[in-house]
Amino acid sequence: MSDLLRPDLALIARTVTPGARVLDVGCGDGALMAALRDDKGVDARGLELDGANVAGAVGRGLSVVQGDADTDLAYYPDASFDYAILSQTLQTTRRPDKVVEELLRIGAQAFVSFPNFAHWRGRLSLLWGGRMPVTRLLPDTWYDTLNIHHLTIDDFRALVKERGWHIDGQWFLKGDRETTHANANLFAEHAVFLLRK
Amino acid sequence: MSDDSRFGLRRQVRLSGPLALDGGAALGPVDIAYETYGAMNADGSNVILICHALTGDQYVASDHPSTGKPGWWWRMVGPGKPVDPADYFIICSNVIGSCMGSSGPASVDPATGEPHAMRFPVITIADMVRAQALLLDHLGVDRLCAVIGGSMGGMQALTWPTLFPDRVENCIVIASTARHSAQNIAFHEVGRQAIMADPNWRGGDYYADGRVPSAGLSVARMAAHITYLSEAGLTEKFGRRLQARATKTFGFDADFQVESYLRHQGLSFVERFDANSYLFITRAMDYYDIAEDHGGSLARAFTATKARFCLVSFDTDWLYPTTESRIIVHALHAAGAPASFVELSSPFGHDAFLLECPELNRVVDGFLKGGRA
Repeated sequence: MSDLLRPDLALIARTVTPGARVLDVGCGDGALMAALRDDKGVDARGLELDGANVAGAVGRGLSVVQGDADTDLAYYPDASFDYAILSQTLQTTRRPDKVVEELLRIGAQAFVSFPNFAHWRGRLSLLWGGRMPVTRLLPDTWYDTLNIHHLTIDDFRALVKERGWHIDGQWFLKGDRETTHANANLFAEHAVFLLRK
Repeated sequence: MSDDSRFGLRRQVRLSGPLALDGGAALGPVDIAYETYGAMNADGSNVILICHALTGDQYVASDHPSTGKPGWWWRMVGPGKPVDPADYFIICSNVIGSCMGSSGPASVDPATGEPHAMRFPVITIADMVRAQALLLDHLGVDRLCAVIGGSMGGMQALTWPTLFPDRVENCIVIASTARHSAQNIAFHEVGRQAIMADPNWRGGDYYADGRVPSAGLSVARMAAHITYLSEAGLTEKFGRRLQARATKTFGFDADFQVESYLRHQGLSFVERFDANSYLFITRAMDYYDIAEDHGGSLARAFTATKARFCLVSFDTDWLYPTTESRIIVHALHAAGAPASFVELSSPFGHDAFLLECPELNRVVDGFLKGGRA
């Protein structure tokens, strides 16, 4: 099942401990939750903004609540999950820093994955074309993208350092494959961090 | 099992009780009219209780004996539907206080041989649920695989795991709330005052001569019916169109289609419903506030249960709007209970849960299957 997952989700699915309690924030149609439940006996709960996605996920028997990461995480009790997961959603939230704080309050550890806006293709697009990048990973134009807080891997690392969070794991993706840590900020399209407070 | 006279359509049982009520009184004996569909499996793990709304009844999936209309939730309960009698043993009972065969103001008080009328004790949603639990005891049902309800049925469904945390495995609450708001109470009070202002009401003692407060009850129903629909739905269905006439009459006839429709709703309602029952059941709904019963904390109501919860609201429902469902979801989070929640889109307002809504069926079906996996 996890073979069919998006690469960042497959990576998270591999890393999660069997039987853990997981909150998937921005869980979409519940693909990761279903994989975690079926393959690892995980007690997975989801939060998702889009009603059609929620209906689909509940329709496959998953516990998913329709809500907004920016406002609804406050209602989850402290330390109620082993992992809180935020995949490909950070850059769409109004206050990404507060959302990560909430993840680390709710979960013992937090997975955060996001597209790296400092990837060289994006840099070239801005440098030579003078235009906001539209790439395979960032397919939307500046006016219709849901991404409102563009960040780079180095930006995120700086935030982690500033807030005193700990990095328990980090993975970088180029296309569907993992890539090295060296110069990730230039060469990785996508980053997955595992954080702890 | 099929030759057990406790099971089947159009059942009624007299349970000795007495049932201790929230208001301090005791009710006994307790009559309960109900229906069952399907068969209980060997370990009793396939039982679903369906709870009906304010003016609903036990005929959830069979033709109504007086109106001849199909069961009120035939879209959800029946062969090939999410709640399928081929898979589940399904129970639906008439709430106490109602008038379809369960103990209520219109039923005869065995002590006096007269209808209870307003001498019937004031009941609560929790009392309705306790009466259902008595029925389950009678039917030999220990645990509910699921309890499901919309509107006031949702209030009963949500109350179930708070009163009987070990008897409920899954709880589906549709277009409902954890408490009646000031606006909810206000609309009900308009309805009750309309009934009580009808000269035929006579303090509730109208059963002997058949002169019932139909004008008052009809107005109560008309006012309530508006709250079940949405502004957009009314506009789409009626707009400002005139009823079977080309021009306005400059009188007080039902010139507008919407007036004619509401009058029809009121008139047909009085033929099937008892005015005193309307008073008692609306009162029960107004007293409903689960948090209040748990020291002001809604979350505390759910700490003892292991049940999974599924909540559904509709975007055009202004009677029990999405914010009410969210309050429940947040409390369930705080209690650590597994909860699903979705707001579905429908033009039909509060009534949407009774109407064609494939997404609702998918959600209920998937949630139930997920609970059995």
